[in-house]
Amino acid sequence: MFSILASRAKTSCANLTGSWRSAQKPSYLQKDCINCGLCKLICPEGCIEGTEKNTYTVDLDYCKGCGLCAYICPKKDIEMVPNQD
Amino acid sequence: MTKKHFEENLYVSGHTACAGCGQSMAVRIVMNAAGKNTMVANSTGCLEVFSTKAPETAFGVPWIHSLFENSAAVASGIEAGLKYLNKLDDIRIIAQAGDGGTGDIGLQAISGMLERGQDVLFVCYDNEAYMNTGIQRSGSTPFHANTTTSPIGEHSLGNPRPKKPMVEICAAHHIPYSATASVGNPKDIERKVKKALSIRGPKYLQIHVPCPLGWKSDPSQTIEIAKLAIATGLYPLIEYEYGKLVKVTKLTLSKPVEEYLKTQGRFKHLLKTKEMLQEVQDVADKNIEYYGLK
Amino acid sequence: MKKYLEGSWAMAEAAKLCRPGVVAAYPITPQTHIVEHLAKFVADGDLKAETLNVESEHSAASVVLGSQSAGVRSFTCTSSQGLLLMGEVVFCIAGMRLPVMMICANRAVSAPINIWNDQQDSIALRDAGWIQLYAENNQEAVDLIITGHKLGENSKIMLPIMVCVDGFILTHGMETIDMPSQEDVDKFLPKYDPPYKLDVDNPMSFGLLGDPTVYTETRYAIHKTMEEVLDLIPKISKEYEDLTSRDSLKLVESYKLEDAELAIIAMGSVCGTIKDVIDIEREKGKKIGLLKIVTYRPFPKKAIESALKNVSNVAVIDKNISLGSDGALYSEIKATLNSDKKTSGFIAGLGGRDITINTILDIIQSAEKEVNNCKFVDLNKNLLWDEFKAS
Repeated sequence: MFSILASRAKTSCANLTGSWRSAQKPSYLQKDCINCGLCKLICPEGCIEGTEKNTYTVDLDYCKGCGLCAYICPKKDIEMVPNQD
Repeated sequence: MTKKHFEENLYVSGHTACAGCGQSMAVRIVMNAAGKNTMVANSTGCLEVFSTKAPETAFGVPWIHSLFENSAAVASGIEAGLKYLNKLDDIRIIAQAGDGGTGDIGLQAISGMLERGQDVLFVCYDNEAYMNTGIQRSGSTPFHANTTTSPIGEHSLGNPRPKKPMVEICAAHHIPYSATASVGNPKDIERKVKKALSIRGPKYLQIHVPCPLGWKSDPSQTIEIAKLAIATGLYPLIEYEYGKLVKVTKLTLSKPVEEYLKTQGRFKHLLKTKEMLQEVQDVADKNIEYYGLK
Repeated sequence: MKKYLEGSWAMAEAAKLCRPGVVAAYPITPQTHIVEHLAKFVADGDLKAETLNVESEHSAASVVLGSQSAGVRSFTCTSSQGLLLMGEVVFCIAGMRLPVMMICANRAVSAPINIWNDQQDSIALRDAGWIQLYAENNQEAVDLIITGHKLGENSKIMLPIMVCVDGFILTHGMETIDMPSQEDVDKFLPKYDPPYKLDVDNPMSFGLLGDPTVYTETRYAIHKTMEEVLDLIPKISKEYEDLTSRDSLKLVESYKLEDAELAIIAMGSVCGTIKDVIDIEREKGKKIGLLKIVTYRPFPKKAIESALKNVSNVAVIDKNISLGSDGALYSEIKATLNSDKKTSGFIAGLGGRDITINTILDIIQSAEKEVNNCKFVDLNKNLLWDEFKAS
């Protein structure tokens, strides 16, 4: 007889941590983006997607609103705005 | 699990790390840099707890956790097993732990793994205290930091001891590679992980990861704080090969320690007196001289 | 093939025949010979395995945890302090359902430090979820190692196995062993093919955080699996018996119990001496028998009840003591048997003190006279003082 022993890869996708956000969320202006990829590199949640200039987006289902992407963007093309539903 | 970011990452969303957690950022970078042909042995700690609460896991590579102090020994076993199966050529093995699970309770197992010369990269996520259990002092807690077991008070200025030099302890085993990195320089972490994994043999990488909760800092400033730690000389980025210091990241812009200390509540008490600030500045100055950072 | 061997050599050879891929152990008397022999087998090219000289027993157990989880049959060996140092890893290995094979060369635990045989070490970890088998002699040890692998590695079982052998008495004793051939063992024991392992082509995470909503079921699953072990043992034993004519793997062994009025119950090498005493006493017309416990975990309650159903007086010999309570085997036997049976518990052989024929005769005499829960035999009153004094 067995019980919980191992979980398949990446099953944490079931946990929608976007509900954690309280004050702020990132807004991707997609205006001056130079496709440096730094936001995607450093996001602790790994929920940023993008391949070319001005294509970067954040998945608000998981974003915790930490503000690190806005901090790191060299072009200030990401702004933290109030997190309203 | 159909979204692109789940496919693109080997450490994915849904983990329960605090917002702005330096360690979760670092582990993502490390896993992605390592690639899918990696097996990971993890120690007990924040990382394991926020990533693998049954029945979920945020890891996209084969991963195993057993106890607190033995990830280096478990990784040794995986390496020996893969060697026996002739699968070691194509697979890389990483053991990872926090600073407590590395330099305190984990020291025996690491030393054994390094001494046996096994093909394992040990990654230490250094947030400078036992964070998972509530911010207790570890051997890696810096001088004068306020933690729950080295609290400030009338008779105490916080942690009375300097950081345990784990990078040098590992380098003293004359392993091919022993280095520090920081989330203040994310691309440097990538580079160092790739460099380490290209070497066959035991490697050690210690990554400075600010903990907003334990350090009492702003989550959006995690990268900035780590940058300041580098710029003050308090967290030198250095690389040892076979026991010799071969590379340091020079300080292009150096800052006084106060700039770094004032960003965190755990050092707030030091800002009041010149003597205490000077003591920490002395640590930074010694690093700058010793490693030739300027 | 029959060979005259030191016990540790025989056990190392049995382990070698099972083709372990990884061996990791740390020196501790009296198991060290076993690991030394294995190292020599590898050095001479007789065994293809990775042998790791680890820095402590805690790491030895952790290494085999890692290698077994990578899908490789793994082996370790220890005693006493080493087993206790491995303590948390031992629990972990069982909780993670990894069929690691361990030989425990039973030795007393500190303090005071004592390198001689008793069974306190493995008894102290009886709750961990390992299958525990106790060998009476080296032939049994060899057979239990080989059959133990097949038992633990069964895909429905997946539990670790501890073969317990009395330190020095068995490890350093010379015995004629009928060693199965490599061909026979290969026929009996297939390659290790677990239902789960670390695999880049099927990535999974092992060793999860199990909160109150899930933890209980993981323990229940092991507990239920232990029942399945009780059923599987006779089946595997039959297979091995067909191959070797020996049925060393069993739950219990009854020796002259059919018409016995007094049954002695014990585990391990002392059973050999007890059998000699029984033969002597039977000559005198005494109706005494032995119930030897081979499988201690899972505890074979039904088999014990059944074997003793016509016996009215039971004397349990424990080579261990749960300080503040009674001997471990006695406590479990007492709880298993009907209260209409007289059950006495005796503590003997601690720290390597010989259990002689006279010791057993004293036990028999005592059990016939009165019922004692926990009687220390062969006690030297000169070494017991009311107050501290430097010796």
